[in-house]
Amino acid sequence: MTQRTRTLLLLAPAGTWFLVMLVLPLTVVLVFSFGERAPAGGVVPAFTFEQYANLPARWAAFRNTLTLAPAGTLAALLIAYPLAYFLAVKVSPRWKTVLLVLVIVPFWTSILIRSYAWIFLLGGRGIPSLLDWIGIEGVRLINTPFSVLVGIIYGYLPLMVFPIFVSLDRLDKRLLEAASDLGAPPWRTFVQVTLPLSIPGIATGCMLVFILLMGEYLIPALLGGGKVFFVGNALVDLFLQSRNWAYGSAVAVTLVVVMLITVTIYMWFINRLGASRDDVSIM
Amino acid sequence: MTKDHISKQKFMAELYRYKRGSITRRHFLNVTGLGAATAVMGAALPGLRPRPAFAAEDIGDRVVLATWPNYHDPANFEAFTELTGANVQVNVFGSNEEMLAKLQAGGSGWDVFVPTNYTITTYVGEDLIEPLDLAKLPNYDAGSFDPRFADAGTVDGKLYAVPKNWGTTGFVVNTSQTGGRNLTSWKDFWDITKAEFSGRTMVHDYQLTTIGNALKYFGYSFNSVDEKELADAEKLLIEVKPHLFAISSDYQPSLRNGDAWMSMAWTGDGKQLNTDMPEMVYVLGVEGGEIWSDYYAVPKSAPRRDAGYALINFLTNPEVNAREVLAHGYPTADARTNALLPESLLNDPILYPAQELLNALEFGAAVTLTDPNRAELMARFKSA
Repeated sequence: MTQRTRTLLLLAPAGTWFLVMLVLPLTVVLVFSFGERAPAGGVVPAFTFEQYANLPARWAAFRNTLTLAPAGTLAALLIAYPLAYFLAVKVSPRWKTVLLVLVIVPFWTSILIRSYAWIFLLGGRGIPSLLDWIGIEGVRLINTPFSVLVGIIYGYLPLMVFPIFVSLDRLDKRLLEAASDLGAPPWRTFVQVTLPLSIPGIATGCMLVFILLMGEYLIPALLGGGKVFFVGNALVDLFLQSRNWAYGSAVAVTLVVVMLITVTIYMWFINRLGASRDDVSIM
Repeated sequence: MTKDHISKQKFMAELYRYKRGSITRRHFLNVTGLGAATAVMGAALPGLRPRPAFAAEDIGDRVVLATWPNYHDPANFEAFTELTGANVQVNVFGSNEEMLAKLQAGGSGWDVFVPTNYTITTYVGEDLIEPLDLAKLPNYDAGSFDPRFADAGTVDGKLYAVPKNWGTTGFVVNTSQTGGRNLTSWKDFWDITKAEFSGRTMVHDYQLTTIGNALKYFGYSFNSVDEKELADAEKLLIEVKPHLFAISSDYQPSLRNGDAWMSMAWTGDGKQLNTDMPEMVYVLGVEGGEIWSDYYAVPKSAPRRDAGYALINFLTNPEVNAREVLAHGYPTADARTNALLPESLLNDPILYPAQELLNALEFGAAVTLTDPNRAELMARFKSA
């Protein structure tokens, strides 16, 4: 067996998988997006740009996705970083494992069930009634962009904690001592040593959360009351309610393109950040 | 599970009691927790499934039903399982469009589903449902049904669907929040939503009723597909949207916990809410709105056809059906079932509204299901 055959053989399972589960479906979606809605719903083949011309009708869904996905990513980062730092640097090894497991525990229950729990927490008899009790009246949380954001942060926090934790955990503690020996106050050590060294973790975590958020459907559907609409929700509606597969495909293709552009810009930015520092290898 | 722990000694003692026959099998399974364990394993191991006490024929171990929220008596499903050995899996939907989309996409896995009157011609036209084999439905008696609520099941002289329940689409309002005002019309519904009820109103996630009742604000037909009239309805909906609590066809939880004060509602939800909370009042708009009739039908793609027929046959049994009506509060057009129901229910103004209110109502029209403008209007309203 030559080196070449061995490589091909090893790549075959993943290659087949990508072909059948990714390339073929995406091609179908692309073909559909140039079609027209059949009279009773579905799609009839055609070659028209009509569906793409109609995209502005879903502007609100794209706007919601493109504001709440970055906002959710940023909020998750701000909350996850101190937690990851605490777990990686401050906690004694004895407790580290236990606390890490606690971060994963929510994954043992389906996100659907956990989001349902938030419906009750954010509903009139949950947190608002507690606030009412201490004198803050008339707060309404459920079915607002805020409740969707809460659900997003809750659901995606572990995905942000882990990459950052790993990058901080591997951090060479002697560098911190060195910084201190050379007279750097703690904040300066953090800004000039710890933070740059954890950028790979931040970059991975943000990318992971952001990409998943762009396709989010469940959390807005449950905690947004059908009013806070993501592109994912618009897609479900187009395929399952108005049965306009052609238009739905066009929206899906557009979402993929928007995502590719955003991620490319992000990667370019991160790489530039890496290139400007010769002491850190980023990705 | 409530009984997690049972000591070895206790288990053996109970086992001996069971062997001696001094306790029943049910009691034994209960105290030892084996009953719950068996139920869990039963799904995976065919040999452990409860066997029917008597079964005319083996219809398999399950049947899948696609239906609407709060529309059955769970005890009836348990009785069906007891009788036939088949578990009833229920899929709940909020709109006929969603049901149609699932069947069109294929692989729904349903054996029985519950379409509304105006959709049946489309299902026949799309070749998605089959003419019913009446030999398998001995409990169905066409003569005992009020034809107004049974006619839509027959297309081109063939019977495709048998009537389940009929009802109306109005709205439920929590009268403790209206400050003594009496809401009587769809105009009141939309106007108060923009004012005192801002953030407290729910509309269905369903184009027929949400668009239809917005059309009623202007006095147009519930079924209109006229472009100008739809444009007016869309303007109203977009204007009202920021004032809505939610867009959802499952409105009971939010009404019950007080988050929402008013919602578009179907008869049975109105009845269920009013029974538990008398301040919840069911209103039919004076301008009109929808009267409808739901049916049982079997998809052509049904994987367990026999089980599907067995379930329809079971549910059309007048005694079973009477228990259904008592549980869900939707009227039936079956005279045999009505003969078994208490007088109070048959005179209930929620189930049987006054004639002048009924006269203004319209049955949904087939064209609304497939009209691309209505479909896109609803989708635009939701994503706005």
